[in-house]
Amino acid sequence: MVVAAKTGNEAMAEAMRQINPDVVAAYPITPATEVVMIFAQFLADGLVDTEYIPVESEHSAMSACLGAAAAGARVMTSTSSQGLALMYEILPIVSALRLPIVVCEVNRALSGPINIHCDHSDTIAARDFGWVQIYAENSQEAYDGTLQAVKIAEKTSLPVMVSTDGFIISHCMEKIEMLPDDEAKKFIGEYKMEKSVLDIKNPTTRGALDLQDYYFEHRYQTSEAILNAKNPILEAGEEFGNKYGRKYGLIEEYKMEDAERVIVALGSTCGTTRDVVDELRGKGEKVGLLKIRVFRPFPAQEIATALSNAKSVAVLDRSDSYSGQGSPVYVEVLSALFKNDKKPKIVNYVYGLGGRDINLEDIKSVFENLKKVDQLEEKNYLGVRM
Amino acid sequence: MSKKLLSVKELPKGDVLEAGTAILFETGDWRSDRPIFNKELCIDCKRCWLYCPDMSILLDENKKVSGIDYKHCKGCGICSFECPVKPNKAITMEKEVK
Repeated sequence: MVVAAKTGNEAMAEAMRQINPDVVAAYPITPATEVVMIFAQFLADGLVDTEYIPVESEHSAMSACLGAAAAGARVMTSTSSQGLALMYEILPIVSALRLPIVVCEVNRALSGPINIHCDHSDTIAARDFGWVQIYAENSQEAYDGTLQAVKIAEKTSLPVMVSTDGFIISHCMEKIEMLPDDEAKKFIGEYKMEKSVLDIKNPTTRGALDLQDYYFEHRYQTSEAILNAKNPILEAGEEFGNKYGRKYGLIEEYKMEDAERVIVALGSTCGTTRDVVDELRGKGEKVGLLKIRVFRPFPAQEIATALSNAKSVAVLDRSDSYSGQGSPVYVEVLSALFKNDKKPKIVNYVYGLGGRDINLEDIKSVFENLKKVDQLEEKNYLGVRM
Repeated sequence: MSKKLLSVKELPKGDVLEAGTAILFETGDWRSDRPIFNKELCIDCKRCWLYCPDMSILLDENKKVSGIDYKHCKGCGICSFECPVKPNKAITMEKEVK
Protein backbone atom coordinates (compact mmCIF):
# COMPACT_ATOMS: atom_id res chain seq x y z
CA MET A 1 0.00 0.00 0.00
CA VAL A 2 1.11 3.52 -0.79
CA VAL A 3 0.08 6.05 1.87
CA ALA A 4 -0.36 9.56 0.53
CA ALA A 5 -2.15 12.85 1.23
CA LYS A 6 -4.75 13.35 -1.50
CA THR A 7 -7.80 15.46 -2.14
CA GLY A 8 -10.87 13.67 -3.50
CA ASN A 9 -10.08 14.93 -6.98
CA GLU A 10 -6.47 13.80 -6.75
CA ALA A 11 -7.60 10.42 -5.43
CA MET A 12 -9.95 9.92 -8.39
CA ALA A 13 -7.29 11.10 -10.85
CA GLU A 14 -4.80 8.64 -9.33
CA ALA A 15 -7.33 5.85 -9.73
CA MET A 16 -7.79 6.90 -13.37
CA ARG A 17 -4.02 6.83 -13.87
CA GLN A 18 -3.86 3.28 -12.58
CA ILE A 19 -6.87 2.25 -14.64
CA ASN A 20 -5.25 3.82 -17.74
CA PRO A 21 -8.53 3.96 -19.71
CA ASP A 22 -8.42 3.62 -23.49
CA VAL A 23 -10.43 6.82 -23.95
CA VAL A 24 -11.22 9.86 -21.81
CA ALA A 25 -13.42 12.59 -23.32
CA ALA A 26 -14.09 15.47 -20.96
CA TYR A 27 -14.99 19.11 -20.54
CA PRO A 28 -13.94 21.10 -17.45
CA ILE A 29 -16.41 22.20 -14.77
CA THR A 30 -15.91 23.29 -11.16
CA PRO A 31 -15.39 21.43 -8.84
CA ALA A 32 -14.61 18.39 -11.05
CA THR A 33 -12.13 20.17 -13.35
CA GLU A 34 -9.08 18.97 -11.43
CA VAL A 35 -9.86 15.30 -11.94
CA VAL A 36 -9.24 15.50 -15.67
CA MET A 37 -6.68 18.32 -15.34
CA ILE A 38 -4.49 16.13 -13.16
CA PHE A 39 -5.16 13.18 -15.46
CA ALA A 40 -4.12 15.29 -18.47
CA GLN A 41 -0.82 15.96 -16.67
CA PHE A 42 -0.34 12.22 -16.22
CA LEU A 43 -0.89 11.87 -19.97
CA ALA A 44 1.58 14.68 -20.75
CA ASP A 45 4.11 12.99 -18.47
CA GLY A 46 3.71 9.71 -20.33
CA LEU A 47 2.26 7.84 -17.36
CA VAL A 48 -0.86 6.76 -19.27
CA ASP A 49 -1.45 6.10 -22.95
CA THR A 50 -5.10 7.11 -23.07
CA GLU A 51 -6.72 8.69 -26.13
CA TYR A 52 -7.72 11.98 -24.51
CA ILE A 53 -10.39 14.01 -26.29
CA PRO A 54 -10.91 17.57 -25.02
CA VAL A 55 -14.35 18.27 -26.43
CA GLU A 56 -16.48 21.43 -26.67
CA SER A 57 -19.21 20.50 -24.16
CA GLU A 58 -20.34 17.78 -21.79
CA HIS A 59 -22.95 16.70 -24.32
CA SER A 60 -20.10 15.98 -26.70
CA ALA A 61 -18.00 14.45 -23.92
CA MET A 62 -20.62 11.81 -23.13
CA SER A 63 -21.36 11.28 -26.84
CA ALA A 64 -17.69 10.66 -27.55
CA CYS A 65 -17.53 8.33 -24.56
CA LEU A 66 -20.55 6.43 -25.88
CA GLY A 67 -18.99 5.95 -29.32
CA ALA A 68 -15.69 4.83 -27.86
CA ALA A 69 -17.40 2.43 -25.45
CA ALA A 70 -19.44 0.94 -28.31
CA ALA A 71 -16.14 0.27 -30.06
CA GLY A 72 -15.08 -1.75 -27.03
CA ALA A 73 -12.84 0.77 -25.29
CA ARG A 74 -12.51 1.18 -21.54
CA VAL A 75 -13.90 4.70 -21.15
CA MET A 76 -14.00 7.26 -18.34
CA THR A 77 -14.90 10.89 -17.85
CA SER A 78 -15.54 13.33 -15.05
CA THR A 79 -18.09 16.09 -14.54
CA SER A 80 -20.31 17.95 -12.11
CA SER A 81 -23.68 19.71 -11.82
CA GLN A 82 -24.56 21.59 -15.04
CA GLY A 83 -22.03 19.44 -16.84
CA LEU A 84 -23.84 16.28 -15.81
CA ALA A 85 -27.10 18.02 -16.71
CA LEU A 86 -25.78 18.62 -20.22
CA MET A 87 -25.02 14.90 -20.40
CA TYR A 88 -28.56 13.91 -19.32
CA GLU A 89 -29.72 13.34 -22.90
CA ILE A 90 -26.99 10.76 -23.46
CA LEU A 91 -26.99 9.06 -20.03
CA PRO A 92 -30.04 6.80 -20.57
CA ILE A 93 -28.80 5.94 -24.06
CA VAL A 94 -25.50 4.73 -22.58
CA SER A 95 -27.35 2.40 -20.20
CA ALA A 96 -29.75 1.24 -22.93
CA LEU A 97 -26.77 0.31 -25.11
CA ARG A 98 -25.28 -1.36 -22.01
CA LEU A 99 -21.96 0.44 -22.21
CA PRO A 100 -19.72 0.28 -19.12
CA ILE A 101 -18.63 3.94 -18.96
CA VAL A 102 -17.36 5.18 -15.58
CA VAL A 103 -17.93 8.79 -14.52
CA CYS A 104 -16.05 10.42 -11.66
CA GLU A 105 -18.78 12.81 -10.57
CA VAL A 106 -18.29 15.63 -8.12
CA ASN A 107 -21.58 16.62 -6.50
CA ARG A 108 -22.47 20.27 -6.96
CA ALA A 109 -25.79 22.08 -6.70
CA LEU A 110 -27.77 22.44 -9.90
CA SER A 111 -28.59 25.95 -11.09
CA GLY A 112 -30.51 28.00 -10.35
CA PRO A 113 -29.59 30.12 -8.67
CA ILE A 114 -26.09 29.39 -9.88
CA ASN A 115 -23.89 27.88 -7.19
CA ILE A 116 -20.65 25.93 -7.32
CA HIS A 117 -20.82 24.17 -3.95
CA CYS A 118 -21.98 20.78 -2.79
CA ASP A 119 -25.37 19.25 -2.84
CA HIS A 120 -26.66 16.10 -4.48
CA SER A 121 -29.23 17.62 -6.82
CA ASP A 122 -27.14 16.82 -9.91
CA THR A 123 -26.74 13.06 -9.47
CA ILE A 124 -30.07 12.59 -7.69
CA ALA A 125 -31.80 14.05 -10.74
CA ALA A 126 -29.97 11.42 -12.80
CA ARG A 127 -31.10 8.57 -10.56
CA ASP A 128 -33.42 6.89 -13.03
CA PHE A 129 -31.18 6.82 -16.10
CA GLY A 130 -29.96 3.24 -15.65
CA TRP A 131 -26.63 4.17 -14.08
CA VAL A 132 -25.22 2.56 -10.97
CA GLN A 133 -24.64 5.31 -8.39
CA ILE A 134 -22.00 5.09 -5.66
CA TYR A 135 -21.62 7.92 -3.12
CA ALA A 136 -18.21 8.26 -1.46
CA GLU A 137 -17.86 9.41 2.13
CA ASN A 138 -14.25 10.58 1.79
CA SER A 139 -11.21 10.56 -0.52
CA GLN A 140 -10.39 6.98 0.34
CA GLU A 141 -13.81 5.80 -0.72
CA ALA A 142 -13.57 7.92 -3.87
CA TYR A 143 -10.35 6.14 -4.81
CA ASP A 144 -11.55 2.66 -3.83
CA GLY A 145 -14.96 3.24 -5.43
CA THR A 146 -13.46 4.35 -8.75
CA LEU A 147 -11.42 1.15 -9.05
CA GLN A 148 -14.43 -0.97 -8.10
CA ALA A 149 -16.65 0.96 -10.52
CA VAL A 150 -14.61 -0.25 -13.50
CA LYS A 151 -15.07 -3.83 -12.40
CA ILE A 152 -18.77 -3.40 -11.67
CA ALA A 153 -19.42 -1.62 -14.97
CA GLU A 154 -17.70 -4.27 -17.04
CA LYS A 155 -19.30 -7.13 -15.16
CA THR A 156 -22.83 -5.73 -15.45
CA SER A 157 -22.50 -3.96 -18.81
CA LEU A 158 -23.91 -0.90 -17.08
CA PRO A 159 -22.44 2.57 -16.68
CA VAL A 160 -21.42 3.65 -13.19
CA MET A 161 -21.04 7.07 -11.59
CA VAL A 162 -18.97 7.44 -8.45
CA SER A 163 -19.53 10.75 -6.73
CA THR A 164 -17.82 12.84 -4.09
CA ASP A 165 -19.16 15.90 -2.29
CA GLY A 166 -17.96 19.01 -4.10
CA PHE A 167 -15.19 20.87 -2.23
CA ILE A 168 -15.94 18.98 0.99
CA ILE A 169 -14.29 15.87 -0.41
CA SER A 170 -13.05 17.01 -3.82
CA HIS A 171 -10.77 19.75 -2.46
CA CYS A 172 -9.97 18.57 1.07
CA MET A 173 -6.75 16.69 1.63
CA GLU A 174 -6.85 13.44 3.56
CA LYS A 175 -4.51 10.57 4.18
CA ILE A 176 -5.42 7.74 1.85
CA GLU A 177 -3.99 4.34 1.02
CA MET A 178 -3.49 3.52 -2.64
CA LEU A 179 -2.78 0.16 -4.17
CA PRO A 180 0.52 -0.33 -5.96
CA ASP A 181 -0.03 0.30 -9.70
CA ASP A 182 0.35 -3.34 -10.70
CA GLU A 183 -2.05 -4.45 -7.97
CA ALA A 184 -4.67 -1.95 -9.14
CA LYS A 185 -4.30 -3.23 -12.68
CA LYS A 186 -4.64 -6.78 -11.46
CA PHE A 187 -7.79 -5.91 -9.52
CA ILE A 188 -9.59 -4.35 -12.49
CA GLY A 189 -8.30 -6.98 -14.95
CA GLU A 190 -8.55 -6.94 -18.73
CA TYR A 191 -11.64 -5.82 -20.57
CA LYS A 192 -12.94 -7.35 -23.74
CA MET A 193 -16.31 -6.31 -25.09
CA GLU A 194 -18.58 -9.07 -26.36
CA LYS A 195 -19.53 -7.31 -29.58
CA SER A 196 -17.53 -4.30 -30.68
CA VAL A 197 -19.15 -2.00 -33.20
CA LEU A 198 -15.77 -1.99 -34.98
CA ASP A 199 -15.94 -5.73 -35.70
CA ILE A 200 -16.31 -5.20 -39.45
CA LYS A 201 -16.59 -8.91 -40.19
CA ASN A 202 -19.72 -9.03 -38.06
CA PRO A 203 -21.27 -5.61 -38.56
CA THR A 204 -24.01 -4.48 -36.17
CA THR A 205 -26.39 -1.58 -35.69
CA ARG A 206 -26.58 0.18 -32.29
CA GLY A 207 -29.35 2.32 -30.95
CA ALA A 208 -31.71 1.83 -33.86
CA LEU A 209 -35.26 3.17 -33.85
CA ASP A 210 -37.19 0.99 -31.42
CA LEU A 211 -40.94 1.41 -31.61
CA GLN A 212 -44.01 -0.19 -30.03
CA ASP A 213 -42.66 -3.64 -30.89
CA TYR A 214 -39.31 -3.61 -29.02
CA TYR A 215 -38.80 -0.51 -26.86
CA PHE A 216 -40.65 -2.10 -23.92
CA GLU A 217 -38.50 -5.25 -23.94
CA HIS A 218 -35.28 -3.24 -24.13
CA ARG A 219 -36.33 -1.06 -21.20
CA TYR A 220 -37.15 -4.18 -19.22
CA GLN A 221 -33.67 -5.56 -19.94
CA THR A 222 -32.01 -2.48 -18.46
CA SER A 223 -34.34 -2.47 -15.47
CA GLU A 224 -33.47 -6.10 -14.80
CA ALA A 225 -29.75 -5.35 -15.25
CA ILE A 226 -29.89 -2.61 -12.59
CA LEU A 227 -31.64 -4.97 -10.19
CA ASN A 228 -29.08 -7.68 -10.91
CA ALA A 229 -26.20 -5.26 -10.38
CA LYS A 230 -26.45 -5.72 -6.60
CA ASN A 231 -24.41 -8.92 -6.53
CA PRO A 232 -21.55 -7.70 -8.74
CA ILE A 233 -21.34 -4.58 -6.55
CA LEU A 234 -21.20 -6.71 -3.42
CA GLU A 235 -18.65 -9.07 -4.99
CA ALA A 236 -16.38 -6.21 -6.00
CA GLY A 237 -16.65 -4.70 -2.49
CA GLU A 238 -16.01 -8.06 -0.88
CA GLU A 239 -13.02 -8.90 -3.06
CA PHE A 240 -11.58 -5.43 -2.39
CA GLY A 241 -12.02 -5.98 1.33
CA ASN A 242 -10.48 -9.43 1.34
CA LYS A 243 -7.45 -8.28 -0.64
CA TYR A 244 -6.86 -4.78 0.69
CA GLY A 245 -8.70 -4.61 4.01
CA ARG A 246 -11.48 -2.19 3.18
CA LYS A 247 -14.74 -4.00 2.55
CA TYR A 248 -17.68 -2.29 0.87
CA GLY A 249 -21.38 -3.06 0.63
CA LEU A 250 -24.55 -1.39 -0.59
CA ILE A 251 -25.17 0.17 2.81
CA GLU A 252 -23.08 0.53 5.94
CA GLU A 253 -24.50 0.19 9.43
CA TYR A 254 -22.65 2.14 12.11
CA LYS A 255 -23.51 1.31 15.72
CA MET A 256 -26.93 0.16 14.60
CA GLU A 257 -27.22 -3.05 16.69
CA ASP A 258 -29.42 -1.53 19.42
CA ALA A 259 -29.90 1.94 17.94
CA GLU A 260 -33.24 3.58 18.69
CA ARG A 261 -32.66 6.86 16.91
CA VAL A 262 -31.06 6.64 13.47
CA ILE A 263 -29.84 9.05 10.83
CA VAL A 264 -29.81 7.89 7.21
CA ALA A 265 -27.47 9.82 4.92
CA LEU A 266 -25.23 9.75 1.83
CA GLY A 267 -21.73 11.05 1.27
CA SER A 268 -19.49 13.15 3.52
CA THR A 269 -22.27 13.89 6.02
CA CYS A 270 -21.92 10.27 7.13
CA GLY A 271 -18.46 11.16 8.46
CA THR A 272 -19.87 14.02 10.49
CA THR A 273 -22.68 11.83 11.76
CA ARG A 274 -20.22 9.10 12.78
CA ASP A 275 -18.49 11.56 15.13
CA VAL A 276 -21.78 12.62 16.66
CA VAL A 277 -22.85 8.99 17.10
CA ASP A 278 -19.56 8.29 18.92
CA GLU A 279 -20.04 11.29 21.20
CA LEU A 280 -23.67 10.51 22.05
CA ARG A 281 -22.91 6.81 22.51
CA GLY A 282 -20.30 7.94 25.04
CA LYS A 283 -23.16 9.50 26.98
CA GLY A 284 -25.17 6.31 26.74
CA GLU A 285 -27.57 7.42 24.01
CA LYS A 286 -28.72 4.69 21.64
CA VAL A 287 -28.09 6.38 18.32
CA GLY A 288 -26.82 5.01 15.01
CA LEU A 289 -25.99 5.84 11.40
CA LEU A 290 -27.21 4.08 8.29
CA LYS A 291 -25.10 5.09 5.33
CA ILE A 292 -26.43 4.49 1.86
CA ARG A 293 -23.35 3.96 -0.28
CA VAL A 294 -25.13 2.68 -3.37
CA PHE A 295 -28.26 4.60 -4.33
CA ARG A 296 -28.77 2.77 -7.65
CA PRO A 297 -29.69 -0.02 -7.52
CA PHE A 298 -31.59 1.08 -4.41
CA PRO A 299 -30.93 -1.38 -1.56
CA ALA A 300 -34.56 -1.31 -0.41
CA GLN A 301 -34.68 -4.67 1.38
CA GLU A 302 -31.31 -4.11 3.05
CA ILE A 303 -32.44 -0.71 4.34
CA ALA A 304 -35.79 -2.03 5.53
CA THR A 305 -34.03 -4.77 7.48
CA ALA A 306 -31.44 -2.41 8.94
CA LEU A 307 -34.11 0.00 10.18
CA SER A 308 -36.60 -2.56 11.45
CA ASN A 309 -35.62 -2.20 15.12
CA ALA A 310 -35.22 1.58 15.17
CA LYS A 311 -37.80 3.74 16.95
CA SER A 312 -37.28 6.97 15.05
CA VAL A 313 -35.41 7.73 11.85
CA ALA A 314 -34.35 10.96 10.15
CA VAL A 315 -33.51 10.69 6.46
CA LEU A 316 -31.14 13.44 5.38
CA ASP A 317 -31.51 14.65 1.81
CA ARG A 318 -28.87 16.90 0.32
CA SER A 319 -31.25 17.82 -2.48
CA ASP A 320 -34.79 19.09 -2.43
CA SER A 321 -37.07 17.58 -5.00
CA TYR A 322 -39.78 20.02 -6.03
CA SER A 323 -42.29 17.23 -5.78
CA GLY A 324 -44.64 18.65 -3.18
CA GLN A 325 -43.70 15.79 -0.88
CA GLY A 326 -40.51 14.41 0.69
CA SER A 327 -37.17 14.50 -1.08
CA PRO A 328 -35.93 11.48 -3.05
CA VAL A 329 -33.81 9.61 -0.50
CA TYR A 330 -36.56 9.98 2.11
CA VAL A 331 -39.34 8.89 -0.23
CA GLU A 332 -37.40 5.80 -1.27
CA VAL A 333 -36.49 4.84 2.29
CA LEU A 334 -40.13 5.37 3.28
CA SER A 335 -41.33 3.13 0.49
CA ALA A 336 -38.72 0.50 1.39
CA LEU A 337 -40.17 0.38 4.90
CA PHE A 338 -43.80 0.18 3.85
CA LYS A 339 -43.94 -3.60 3.75
CA ASN A 340 -42.18 -4.00 7.10
CA ASP A 341 -44.39 -5.14 9.97
CA LYS A 342 -42.28 -3.09 12.34
CA LYS A 343 -41.89 0.47 11.15
CA PRO A 344 -40.01 3.28 12.86
CA LYS A 345 -41.37 6.82 12.96
CA ILE A 346 -39.67 8.55 10.11
CA VAL A 347 -39.03 12.16 9.06
CA ASN A 348 -37.17 13.95 6.29
CA TYR A 349 -34.51 16.62 6.70
CA VAL A 350 -33.41 18.60 3.69
CA TYR A 351 -30.00 20.07 4.48
CA GLY A 352 -26.83 21.55 3.10
CA LEU A 353 -28.21 22.86 -0.19
CA GLY A 354 -25.70 24.83 -2.23
CA GLY A 355 -22.88 23.88 0.12
CA ARG A 356 -24.47 25.20 3.34
CA ASP A 357 -22.32 23.83 6.16
CA ILE A 358 -23.58 20.85 8.10
CA ASN A 359 -21.73 20.65 11.40
CA LEU A 360 -21.71 18.49 14.50
CA GLU A 361 -24.29 20.69 16.27
CA ASP A 362 -26.70 20.35 13.33
CA ILE A 363 -26.48 16.57 13.45
CA LYS A 364 -26.86 16.63 17.24
CA SER A 365 -30.00 18.71 16.89
CA VAL A 366 -31.48 16.10 14.53
CA PHE A 367 -30.79 13.30 17.02
CA GLU A 368 -32.23 15.49 19.77
CA ASN A 369 -35.37 16.20 17.73
CA LEU A 370 -35.83 12.48 17.08
CA LYS A 371 -36.58 12.09 20.80
CA LYS A 372 -39.84 13.91 20.16
CA VAL A 373 -40.42 12.74 16.64
CA ASP A 374 -44.21 12.97 16.97
CA GLN A 375 -43.97 16.73 17.22
CA LEU A 376 -41.97 17.08 13.98
CA GLU A 377 -43.26 17.96 10.57
CA GLU A 378 -42.74 15.20 8.00
CA LYS A 379 -40.42 17.38 5.92
CA ASN A 380 -37.98 19.66 7.70
CA TYR A 381 -35.37 22.09 6.45
CA LEU A 382 -32.22 22.04 8.54
CA GLY A 383 -30.88 25.53 9.07
CA VAL A 384 -32.90 27.45 6.48
CA ARG A 385 -33.83 30.99 7.67
CA MET A 386 -37.60 31.06 7.77
CA MET B 1 -46.72 -8.30 -39.94
CA SER B 2 -46.98 -11.85 -38.72
CA LYS B 3 -43.26 -12.12 -37.81
CA LYS B 4 -42.71 -13.55 -34.34
CA LEU B 5 -41.38 -10.88 -32.01
CA LEU B 6 -38.46 -11.71 -29.73
CA SER B 7 -38.92 -11.86 -25.97
CA VAL B 8 -36.74 -10.16 -23.35
CA LYS B 9 -34.67 -13.33 -23.03
CA GLU B 10 -34.27 -13.85 -26.78
CA LEU B 11 -33.26 -10.26 -27.53
CA PRO B 12 -29.54 -9.54 -27.57
CA LYS B 13 -28.70 -7.11 -24.78
CA GLY B 14 -27.89 -3.50 -25.49
CA ASP B 15 -30.11 -2.81 -28.50
CA VAL B 16 -27.69 -4.59 -30.85
CA LEU B 17 -29.10 -5.48 -34.25
CA GLU B 18 -27.73 -6.94 -37.45
CA ALA B 19 -26.32 -4.24 -39.69
CA GLY B 20 -28.16 -2.72 -42.62
CA THR B 21 -31.64 -2.45 -41.12
CA ALA B 22 -31.91 1.18 -42.26
CA ILE B 23 -32.91 -0.19 -45.66
CA LEU B 24 -36.29 -1.07 -44.15
CA PHE B 25 -36.99 2.55 -43.35
CA GLU B 26 -37.69 4.72 -46.34
CA THR B 27 -36.44 8.22 -45.71
CA GLY B 28 -36.68 9.50 -49.28
CA ASP B 29 -39.86 11.42 -48.58
CA TRP B 30 -37.99 13.75 -46.17
CA ARG B 31 -36.24 15.27 -49.21
CA SER B 32 -36.77 18.83 -50.35
CA ASP B 33 -33.67 18.99 -52.59
CA ARG B 34 -33.04 16.30 -55.21
CA PRO B 35 -29.60 15.19 -56.41
CA ILE B 36 -29.38 14.77 -60.17
CA PHE B 37 -26.73 12.38 -61.46
CA ASN B 38 -25.11 13.38 -64.74
CA LYS B 39 -23.48 10.16 -65.92
CA GLU B 40 -21.56 11.72 -68.81
CA LEU B 41 -19.67 14.02 -66.39
CA CYS B 42 -18.91 11.36 -63.76
CA ILE B 43 -15.26 10.32 -63.36
CA ASP B 44 -16.24 7.46 -61.00
CA CYS B 45 -14.04 8.63 -58.11
CA LYS B 46 -16.76 7.38 -55.69
CA ARG B 47 -16.42 10.31 -53.30
CA CYS B 48 -20.21 10.68 -53.34
CA TRP B 49 -20.60 6.97 -52.50
CA LEU B 50 -18.04 7.26 -49.68
CA TYR B 51 -19.55 10.39 -48.12
CA CYS B 52 -23.27 9.64 -48.48
CA PRO B 53 -24.63 9.16 -44.91
CA ASP B 54 -27.57 7.08 -46.16
CA MET B 55 -25.83 4.75 -48.63
CA SER B 56 -28.02 6.21 -51.36
CA ILE B 57 -25.42 6.30 -54.17
CA LEU B 58 -26.09 3.31 -56.40
CA LEU B 59 -23.33 1.26 -58.01
CA ASP B 60 -23.84 -0.92 -61.09
CA GLU B 61 -22.65 -4.50 -61.55
CA ASN B 62 -19.14 -3.20 -62.41
CA LYS B 63 -19.15 -1.16 -59.18
CA LYS B 64 -19.37 2.10 -61.09
CA VAL B 65 -21.53 4.95 -59.82
CA SER B 66 -24.83 4.59 -61.60
CA GLY B 67 -27.41 6.77 -59.90
CA ILE B 68 -29.32 7.74 -56.76
CA ASP B 69 -31.54 5.64 -54.49
CA TYR B 70 -34.41 8.11 -54.16
CA LYS B 71 -36.24 5.85 -51.70
CA HIS B 72 -33.60 6.58 -49.08
CA CYS B 73 -31.85 9.80 -50.19
CA LYS B 74 -32.77 12.65 -47.78
CA GLY B 75 -31.41 15.29 -50.12
CA CYS B 76 -28.64 16.54 -47.84
CA GLY B 77 -26.45 17.46 -50.82
CA ILE B 78 -23.19 16.08 -49.46
CA CYS B 79 -22.67 14.08 -52.67
CA SER B 80 -22.90 17.20 -54.78
CA PHE B 81 -20.72 19.19 -52.39
CA GLU B 82 -18.01 16.54 -52.47
CA CYS B 83 -18.11 15.95 -56.25
CA PRO B 84 -14.71 17.16 -57.52
CA VAL B 85 -15.64 17.44 -61.24
CA LYS B 86 -15.18 20.94 -62.70
CA PRO B 87 -16.56 23.21 -63.99
CA ASN B 88 -19.89 21.34 -63.88
CA LYS B 89 -20.37 18.77 -61.11
CA ALA B 90 -21.50 15.26 -61.94
CA ILE B 91 -24.16 15.55 -59.20
CA THR B 92 -26.18 18.76 -58.99
CA MET B 93 -28.99 19.66 -56.59
CA GLU B 94 -32.44 20.76 -57.72
CA LYS B 95 -35.47 21.84 -55.71
CA GLU B 96 -38.14 19.14 -55.48
CA VAL B 97 -40.75 21.90 -55.82
CA LYS B 98 -40.64 23.58 -59.19
